[in-house]
Amino acid sequence: MTAQVLTPDAVVVGAGPAGLTAAAVLARRGARVLVLDREDTPGGIPRHSDHTGYGLRDLRRLVSGPAYAARLAETARQAGADIRTRAMVTHWTGERSLAVTTPGGLLDVRAEAVLLATGARERPRPARMIPGDRPQGVYTTGQLQTLVHGGHREVGSRAVVVGAEAVSWSAVLTLRAAGCRTTLMTTRHARPEAYAAFTVPGRTVLGVPIATGTRVTRISGRGRVESVEIEQIATGRRRTVACDTVVLTGDWVPDHELARTAGLVMDPGTLGPVVDTALRTSAPGVFAAGNLLHPVDTAEAAALDGAHAAERIARRLASPETPAPGVPLLAEPPFRWVAPQLLRPGDPAPPRGRLLLWPETHVPFPRLTARQDDRTLLRRRLPWPAAPGRVLRLPWPPALPLDPKAGPVTIGLA
Amino acid sequence: MPGADGTVWDVAVIGAGIVGAAIARELSGFGLTVALLEARDDVGDGTSKANTAILHTGFDAKPGTLESRLVREGHRLLGSYARAAGIPVERTGALMVAWTPEDLAALPALREKAEANGYDRCELVGPQEVYRQVPALGEGALGGMTVPDESITCTWTVNLALATDARQRGARVLLRHAVTAVGTAGDGTTTLHTTGGLVRCRWTVNAAGLGADTVDRLFGHDRFTITPRRGELLVFDKLARPLADRIVLPVPGKTGKGVLISPTVYGNVMLGPTAEDFTDRRATGTSESGFAFLRDKGERLMPSLMREEVTASYAGLRAATGREDYLVAAEPDQRYVLVGGIRSTGLSAGMAIAEHVRSLLADCGLALTPRTDLPAPPRMPNLGEAFRRPYQDAELIAADPEYGRVVCFCERVTAGEIRDACTSALPPAGPEGLRRRTRAMNGRCQGFSCAAAVTDLMERHLPAGAR
Repeated sequence: MTAQVLTPDAVVVGAGPAGLTAAAVLARRGARVLVLDREDTPGGIPRHSDHTGYGLRDLRRLVSGPAYAARLAETARQAGADIRTRAMVTHWTGERSLAVTTPGGLLDVRAEAVLLATGARERPRPARMIPGDRPQGVYTTGQLQTLVHGGHREVGSRAVVVGAEAVSWSAVLTLRAAGCRTTLMTTRHARPEAYAAFTVPGRTVLGVPIATGTRVTRISGRGRVESVEIEQIATGRRRTVACDTVVLTGDWVPDHELARTAGLVMDPGTLGPVVDTALRTSAPGVFAAGNLLHPVDTAEAAALDGAHAAERIARRLASPETPAPGVPLLAEPPFRWVAPQLLRPGDPAPPRGRLLLWPETHVPFPRLTARQDDRTLLRRRLPWPAAPGRVLRLPWPPALPLDPKAGPVTIGLA
Repeated sequence: MPGADGTVWDVAVIGAGIVGAAIARELSGFGLTVALLEARDDVGDGTSKANTAILHTGFDAKPGTLESRLVREGHRLLGSYARAAGIPVERTGALMVAWTPEDLAALPALREKAEANGYDRCELVGPQEVYRQVPALGEGALGGMTVPDESITCTWTVNLALATDARQRGARVLLRHAVTAVGTAGDGTTTLHTTGGLVRCRWTVNAAGLGADTVDRLFGHDRFTITPRRGELLVFDKLARPLADRIVLPVPGKTGKGVLISPTVYGNVMLGPTAEDFTDRRATGTSESGFAFLRDKGERLMPSLMREEVTASYAGLRAATGREDYLVAAEPDQRYVLVGGIRSTGLSAGMAIAEHVRSLLADCGLALTPRTDLPAPPRMPNLGEAFRRPYQDAELIAADPEYGRVVCFCERVTAGEIRDACTSALPPAGPEGLRRRTRAMNGRCQGFSCAAAVTDLMERHLPAGAR
């Protein structure tokens, strides 16, 4: 018995905001699009974020996560995309061919173009190397939200939330909905990372104290979590905080298994594939979009990535292209990464006309510069802060005086 | 309450780790009634579960010891049993690497030792060959010695296969039966007082692992003390696997075998273990110092490995006795056999230990009549990456779509496999047991995606009363 062969124009791996949006755009352009997702239902991460805050930039209205996910899936379906869930891509069988396991059998998908939209996950406890016992009650936000939203399972009554980013507040809201009080949030940084829009009401309305400049040094408990040990990084002083639930938030890593096993050139900062501003990876016909490229930005940003990549894929399907050689774009401290990472003359501006940067320190009004060899290509002061734990967006200049024959462009603070 | 009904077992084996399960399996092949007692709620939940899962040749044992002989025999026995039971074994081979002039000077003696242990396939190699075999090694390797027959296996499947086999040969597995007191009756039977009730038997085998010294004292002896030695391990992402296609061993030092790098049959790479002596027999937590030590070691042994994600960290306890050999002793008067001080080599030696215990019992007068009606070994679900798994099997999926429904994405575990584990002869007691039977939730996301779905499936399929 062998695998069933499918030959769509384009195959999209991952039915989250990026993949679904791309599929809708491609289908509207007349392409035969197959979307593969390993989950039971399409929609990606927003499926489980049962609170509002989605859709502003792409749908132009604010909806809840599950409503947003359902809406994107419906739109893609109506446009004509073939969305298959419970479809697990297991490996590559060729440059643009994938092996897939489904309850209906094995698939051998051979496409003209592949879009990787596999998203990102939060690092679980082992990857963060937090020592101590291994009790029940330690979750990532994603795990907590699937448990509470999907399984309606009970969590504890007193939680410590590690991290103070937007996703951390999402965890606090989920905990509250499940009847669990957040007794403390901790962050390594000197100030909470999330927008004031989250932090101020979070602190006052939800009454959550935030321990800044701290790290978790131990989780204790037999059977169930009993406490965590928190260290004030500057002084080394440690204290024990009693709790029965620990939620590890943020600290994202892209789900890059397919990107890596394809042998794509990878970015050491994002840990995702290197892409140009058209969202092409290093393999011909293989594109990438969403939080695989920038762990993590909002769902809407991922969706708009998807639309952007879809336009370029449609173009490639219409007429084969040979992209011009590119100039690498590199991030300098305090930025861990920049995305996209490759500038090719003649390519479009990046998605939404923004370069994305990941700051590791807080800078109130960052003055950014882009340099190529000893030339300054760009100098720009942003009216908003750079804050760790969230993406900094740099508007793309209308014309960048790039020398295609010169060295890499570095981007950093003036 | 078992025992209260008057049942008198021919043999009670205390401890359902690899050694106890192997003994129960062996003895139930001889027309004896056998009870396998386990203090915890699952088999293989003690030291056996956090083994490095290396199937040793015994090349580095102390020549002339019981351990040397039993590891060598066990390697062969388990090798063929694994083929029959579908236990994954990969013959990766090992490379012992010398990092210091002292290490290098020690290698020829280690090869002689291997030969004294009956293993003559070790070869000394220069630094060039060391780096040819494992290009990802850090700088400074001076030379090495190959051990081509060292293999990797799945310690969980070995334990489960042996216990399942014992059970289908007629042994009774009694979980949640921690022995608390021992009594003797005038008729020569022994009464084991356990947390699960009284168990009466004619012969007792103590394979209680970390608790073997305690149980031995209940029999009135005071001959050894177990010092739990904690070993912490880091398991790296599958994407790291190309870095280490064979076991990389250090030259042994004073406190055990030192830190090794090993591929796992699940397709990961493992770094460890640390070795710290403890008095708390429950100290299976991980520590800051352990992590720091492993990070530092890893950075020198294989820097590129440390750039990969850590998938899991484990801490296991090994039963150190301060002796250089196993402590296996029969007490004919008490109809009692102690199987103590079985260190990490117990995985390799287990089946040979079982044969050895059987012959000791025979010497003590236990009548052994080989059965002619023995069932074939159980066919275990394959957890190894090198062999076909259900998600890859078109025919299996066509016959049952549940094998095409991947639930744990990282480890590619299907709903069919979770169902099978829950409805098997020895179902898991909870998520940890399910992990050991299927790999579900053991992957890089550690349940980020699948914990809810896997738990639902487990609850749906576990028979009432199994949890």
